[in-house]
Amino acid sequence: MTSQVSSPAEQADGAGGAEPAVVGEQRTPPGPGGGGKEVRRLDRVIIRFAGDSGDGMQLTGDRFTSETAAFGNDLSTLPNFPAEIRAPAGTLPGVSSFQLHFADHDILTPGDAPNVLVAMNPAALKANIADVPRGAEIIINTDEFTKRPMAKVGYETSPLEDGSLGAYNIHPVPLTTLTVEALKDFGLSRKEAERSKNMFALGLLSWMYHRPTEGTEDFLRRKFAKKPDIAEANVAAFRAGWNFGETTEDFAVSYEVAPATRAFPTGTYRNISGNLALSYGLIAAGRQAGLPLYLGSYPITPASDILHELSRHKNFGVRTFQAEDEIAGIGAALGAAFGGALGVTTTSGPGVALKSETIGLAVSLELPLLIVDIQRGGPSTGLPTKTEQADLLQAMYGRNGEAPVPIVAPRTPADCFAAALDAARIALTYRTPVFLLSDGYLANGSEPWRIPDQEELPDLRVAFADGPNHTLGDGTEVFWPYKRDPGTLARPWAVPGTPGLEHRIGGIEKQDGTGNISYDPANHDLMVRTRQAKVDGIEVPDLEVDDPDGARTLVIGWGSTYGPITAAVRRLRYSGLPVAQAHLRHLNPFPGNLGEVLRRYDTVVVPEMNLGQLATLLRARYLVDARSYTQVNGMPFKAEQLAKVLEEAIND
Amino acid sequence: MTEATDTAGLLSLVPRAEARQSMKDFKSDQEVRWCPGCGDYAVLAAVQGFMPELGLARENIVFVSGIGCSSRFPYYMNTYGMHSIHGRAPAIATGLATSRRDLSVWVVTGDGDALSIGGNHLIHALRRNVNLKILLFNNRIYGLTKGQYSPTSELGKITKSTPMGSLDAPFNPVSLALGAEASFVARTVDSDRKHLTEVLRAAADHPGTALVEIYQNCNIFNDGAFDALKDKDRAEEAVIRLEHGQPIRFGAGGRKGVVRDPATGDLEVVEVTAENEARVLVHDARTASPTTAFALSRLADPDTLHQTPIGVFRSVERPVYDTLMAEQLETAAAAKGEGDLAALLAGNDTWTVVG
Repeated sequence: MTSQVSSPAEQADGAGGAEPAVVGEQRTPPGPGGGGKEVRRLDRVIIRFAGDSGDGMQLTGDRFTSETAAFGNDLSTLPNFPAEIRAPAGTLPGVSSFQLHFADHDILTPGDAPNVLVAMNPAALKANIADVPRGAEIIINTDEFTKRPMAKVGYETSPLEDGSLGAYNIHPVPLTTLTVEALKDFGLSRKEAERSKNMFALGLLSWMYHRPTEGTEDFLRRKFAKKPDIAEANVAAFRAGWNFGETTEDFAVSYEVAPATRAFPTGTYRNISGNLALSYGLIAAGRQAGLPLYLGSYPITPASDILHELSRHKNFGVRTFQAEDEIAGIGAALGAAFGGALGVTTTSGPGVALKSETIGLAVSLELPLLIVDIQRGGPSTGLPTKTEQADLLQAMYGRNGEAPVPIVAPRTPADCFAAALDAARIALTYRTPVFLLSDGYLANGSEPWRIPDQEELPDLRVAFADGPNHTLGDGTEVFWPYKRDPGTLARPWAVPGTPGLEHRIGGIEKQDGTGNISYDPANHDLMVRTRQAKVDGIEVPDLEVDDPDGARTLVIGWGSTYGPITAAVRRLRYSGLPVAQAHLRHLNPFPGNLGEVLRRYDTVVVPEMNLGQLATLLRARYLVDARSYTQVNGMPFKAEQLAKVLEEAIND
Repeated sequence: MTEATDTAGLLSLVPRAEARQSMKDFKSDQEVRWCPGCGDYAVLAAVQGFMPELGLARENIVFVSGIGCSSRFPYYMNTYGMHSIHGRAPAIATGLATSRRDLSVWVVTGDGDALSIGGNHLIHALRRNVNLKILLFNNRIYGLTKGQYSPTSELGKITKSTPMGSLDAPFNPVSLALGAEASFVARTVDSDRKHLTEVLRAAADHPGTALVEIYQNCNIFNDGAFDALKDKDRAEEAVIRLEHGQPIRFGAGGRKGVVRDPATGDLEVVEVTAENEARVLVHDARTASPTTAFALSRLADPDTLHQTPIGVFRSVERPVYDTLMAEQLETAAAAKGEGDLAALLAGNDTWTVVG
């Protein structure tokens, strides 16, 4: 008995259009790959690896993801880990997990509930069991289910023996013992050998799902290149796990999830996380603009990986400056922008708060600058490793004075690449700071990405000012730093080193045109309105609405909720309920047709991982009775949950 | 025109002016708006007068400032300039200087801007040794906000915000800079044009961060704060002029000298006699250790300013951040080749979907 059968409704997460779901479960005769055991075909699987934060669960998940990507499934991942580097061992707060959803068709989320849970210890079981549906498979490391570790998380009796797991398909495996046994000839201490138990588990799961193994073995040898004995021990543990699956009777069935060939357009693909895609987007933006990329940043979770990644690519002319604080990070980026670089600062919500004054200066100086905010739970330090979308209003309004800043938000991990290029386009074209609002879920989650050809990338080249742009009454040719392009309202970008264009700019209000200090009331009124008009006039594409059935209810979101919202919409349509969907990339300015779109529907539902920030903006701007549906538990929405909410809205 | 002692060759990265420049070339068209009698005028004139000496292309010079009276400075220089926000000029200038080594970047700041709200950026710029020249106008008061005490005001200072006297001990900017690993630290006085210019010259030549503290009179809110160092009768006894390679002597006829206390290693001022004359310290700004420079910075009485050394305390060469950063880029390009975007995006693990 296994739960690994997709119900039609679940399958609809992935089914594109109205085409009915394809395969639930198919049996295929035992093949050579299955070692004589039964092999079943599945269309999709959700696996969750869970263990102590020192157990290497993120690495295990990453490796399984790479194997799955290499195999050609569509996939979506959800790493979930505590803020502490090594939380107290064996405790509930110390549990780290990695969920992976993979399929033979296109999917949108890391999945609501795991079909398989790997629990490395009692804490991992306890922390995750509530998410596991009845009938699902649970692989349990029995070695850890001794008195003390169980008592630590409140198990008075062993759940392996007291019948409390009767509703699940349990595979008790002494992972630690088996790993140590497999490595007994390696001359490692017991402690060292035990460390490889995650690779044993990975090997077992790789067998269960017919994953290619060469990539992981190569990876281990590369990772431990300086310690070949450790590398070989890990490879041996990995193989032992595989062989264990193939030989032991407890695992009678293995599963195949075919490559998602039909889900993907033609092209070359790789797996990519949001922060990596964003980093590449920034490097590509510098390239396409013909400008050196300059990152000023201060380490902060979950944005630091962008700093790490960019600092590895100095051969692209990328300068990374780890500043003394958040303020200096953006200050240096702005200074570099004054000098003609593509200036970027990367941070999370608390860092944005510190950078606010400098963002205001950039608004006043009208220099291009990218502010990348990888949002996390707030307020204050909040939940550093958990996701949230609660910085929207901070990005929109969080400065003194009227200081409009364009906002761009990616919708999936891979989309962070294109969103970074789009943010750079706006910054460079309109000479303005731009917010790029990603979040922890996008940052750490990953999915397949079709690698674009360079010809597909936008042309971002800019022309620096190179001579006078104004003629005075007496015929003198002069340079006016605030004389604007009549179309974009952008001011000229005159970089130091250009003879004859010496000018001074600052945070004090400037006279229109000349840029000289001006306290004139009428001029200030004009300048405030002009800066606003410039941002309002930024060219952004119209909002596309997906509404095949002429629905009366619209669901509209922004950022990382795209996956779960779309999955929920597919479920509803599959069950015959019409619902329209739209998703915002541009939050400032909004697309020109947004008001018209909103007014077209009787009901507008706005799911957000905050307390209704977009809904507030929509209601204020367009006077629509938008319904807010919110969640701030540090986790992405589940498709099932959103489907229910939308169904209620439709039936209201 | 002096020969630059620019051994690290950093000034040589900045393009030279094609024609001979004069002070006039460095005056912007903006009306100077400091209070009449402000010490800032003298500093501005000294800087404008000194700039032609450098012979650098005007368009490759940038003045960056924060907030405060002195931070209006860039508006009056006919170079590129940015009047930024309070305390952040060193951070902004760091971004500019590290990304554009062909620029000569100057920071103009004050005691509140640099030592209070911007203290963090100042110490980190100094520690990194970014190629910046920082002019710290110290008037020991908040002028632009109309007269509150500053982090360099003497203890017990009566101001609008401290009617019963300030409670916090002042910073000594020179001591602070030395403690922050500064490679060049000097002090000068607004009214001494010749000395000010000499110090600016030395700062400009220095590869790395140069901090120049300029005692500057605020004639509105803290008038006469430095009279002890300016008054003809008193100055001779109060000011210790540091000159590299010269014995440190001051007072009428050089009757006083600085010697090392053999017991504590600290410095003290003594009446020079035939007996102790040989013990008078010879100033060595280029010694690797900042210990003696620090001891010199502690000689001044923070209240009366008696025994205030002026001149270059320390001028040593050590690796410059911008240079190291540029070298890393070159090294990476040499090792891995110029960045190949297509290869980067593809990575190592790809698969192909054919239609």
